[in-house]
Amino acid sequence: MTSGAILEVKDLRVEFPSRHGTLVAVNGVSFSIAPGEVLGVVGESGAGKSLTGTAIIGLLEPPGRVAAGEIRLEGERIDNLQHEQMRRIRGRRIGAIFQDPLTSLNPLYTVGDQLVETIRTHLEVDAAAARNRALELLRDVGIPAPNARIDHYPHQFSGGMRQRVVIALALCAEPRLVIADEPTTALDVSIQAQIIQLLKRLAHDRGTAVMLITHDMGVIAETADRVAVMYAGRIAEIGPVREVIRAARHPYTVGLMGSIPKLGVGAGKHRARLVQIEGAMPRLNAMPAGCAFHPRCEKCFDRCKQERPEPRRVGTNLTACWLYDEQRTAQA
Amino acid sequence: MNSALLKLEGIGKDFDVSRPWLNRVIERAPRQLLHAVVGVSFEVRKGETLALVGESGCGKSTLARLIVGLHAPTRGRIEFDGIEISNPEAHVETARLRRRMQMIFQDPYASLNPRWRVHDIVAEPVRVLGLAKDEAEITARVAELLRQVGLAAEDGEKYPHEFSGGQRQRISIARALSGRPDFLVCDEPTSALDVSVQAQILNLMSELQAQLGLTYLFISHNLAVVSHVADRIGVMYLGRVVEIAASQELLARPRHPYTRMLLDAVPDLEMSGRQRTPVAGEVPNPLAPPSGCAFHPRCPHANARCSSESPKLVWRGETASACHAVEENRI
Repeated sequence: MTSGAILEVKDLRVEFPSRHGTLVAVNGVSFSIAPGEVLGVVGESGAGKSLTGTAIIGLLEPPGRVAAGEIRLEGERIDNLQHEQMRRIRGRRIGAIFQDPLTSLNPLYTVGDQLVETIRTHLEVDAAAARNRALELLRDVGIPAPNARIDHYPHQFSGGMRQRVVIALALCAEPRLVIADEPTTALDVSIQAQIIQLLKRLAHDRGTAVMLITHDMGVIAETADRVAVMYAGRIAEIGPVREVIRAARHPYTVGLMGSIPKLGVGAGKHRARLVQIEGAMPRLNAMPAGCAFHPRCEKCFDRCKQERPEPRRVGTNLTACWLYDEQRTAQA
Repeated sequence: MNSALLKLEGIGKDFDVSRPWLNRVIERAPRQLLHAVVGVSFEVRKGETLALVGESGCGKSTLARLIVGLHAPTRGRIEFDGIEISNPEAHVETARLRRRMQMIFQDPYASLNPRWRVHDIVAEPVRVLGLAKDEAEITARVAELLRQVGLAAEDGEKYPHEFSGGQRQRISIARALSGRPDFLVCDEPTSALDVSVQAQILNLMSELQAQLGLTYLFISHNLAVVSHVADRIGVMYLGRVVEIAASQELLARPRHPYTRMLLDAVPDLEMSGRQRTPVAGEVPNPLAPPSGCAFHPRCPHANARCSSESPKLVWRGETASACHAVEENRI
């Protein structure tokens, strides 16, 4: 792993004990994020991408727990901290942005109150300085007329503006890491483009590490520097965004890319069929042996059904697939 | 070109969103109407897929509901196969025509009754419309429908909760097809689904269209999805259709500035490094729409005429747009 990374996750395993045995929702996930870097995490529902984010912020709902692995923030382990210690890190050193801006804001307080409260919780400043900082943040996230808007309630803002306020809240204490879980999913396309630009600019200007969790490959292509593709609780492939999108190696990534309708390709009467991955992602209680993707994989061979592939370096990417095993490549 | 299966003429729908009567009396506030759909005219031709795109609140779902008769239009006229169906007094005659259209909804978790077995869900239209003589025929028909949408006949015995989102949407499609319709209104049929499942459903829909000669009205907010399924695309903004054109034409030569903006906002998967014009502003409040052209506050080509006079949808050959700047050849 790169030294000087802001976030390092190593062999993370998230479990949910249940009456019918333990369900492993995230298994052996490792990655790191450098300052100013945006790491996209994509996958379909149930792939474990949001749980990975929740585990890092330390907000896993019991009985869910981090069963193994390490999470390091600027070199310091944070996965084994007490509740109170973690509470001080959250908001101060890790900011979070969630999907629905309306539920992230308290409807009974003005956005100014909420910003000032957050700033004063984490930084030792007086009320006037906190308000000035709040104004500055609102200006930074592109809210017009912040002097008037600061005293408005969340319901007086539109969806896009609300999400900007949530971003401002996440940035209050200048966190080193921002975890954004589906920040643009609830927004219209034209607003989505604005928010993507904003996130990207803020990460680059401030040197903040961003973990961007989304199901939308388009958002990743526009924003991320590197991307991790998750499938059934594991990372199938991780690498520079350009490489993963243009030259995906894992059969799941290839299928995923092909299944996205592209603008103007095969429009009208000459439309082509979309690439289709047969079947659906396995349930947590019925995880197949070997590679979790093998029942849906066209290139599956015997080894895939028995042994689980670990991510290994293929070109610029790390790919968890037996197709790229050295022995096999040597034989071929 | 084929003849029109569905024809809309000057369709408008107002919703009364006034405050309660007592509040209006005390506060001396007038009645307030939300113009959800304003003067929409277009036709859907036999065997084609016409898609409507637009952002939230542009009236596309209201329009879908008007067409299948879930709402009655405030103004205008809807014709299906040459016969008016928008007249509420003639609902007995139009009921026969309405059998030929069905709707697929966005959320497959909300649109299937959780207490019914899949068999009964799919069989209901067959029973209601009297399309089968006896139980044996119904069972055979349901099994055929389930196979047609890629499920097994035995799945009829299960309940909706036993299926994934994609499979549920297949059940919705089977139910929609069970009345042997020739026109399907699909309101965001894939937006609740993951991309790989979305691909399965879109492929299934185009196979069914080819097999059964269906006509689709496809409603979506996603231009990439729409460009993939549609023969023609209509773009809506604040209750009005601002542009209609054949898919390839619309993508290659968008006319209306709003269409251009929407196309620009689609994330660039090819990573071509294409320069995009930043999108300014947001959709205005439909309760207080801007004067003149509703898009003028966000439009880079707006002038004095745009802020005072509402543009009409002008046809030029096979394409139409509602924009003064296009009409005057300014852009």
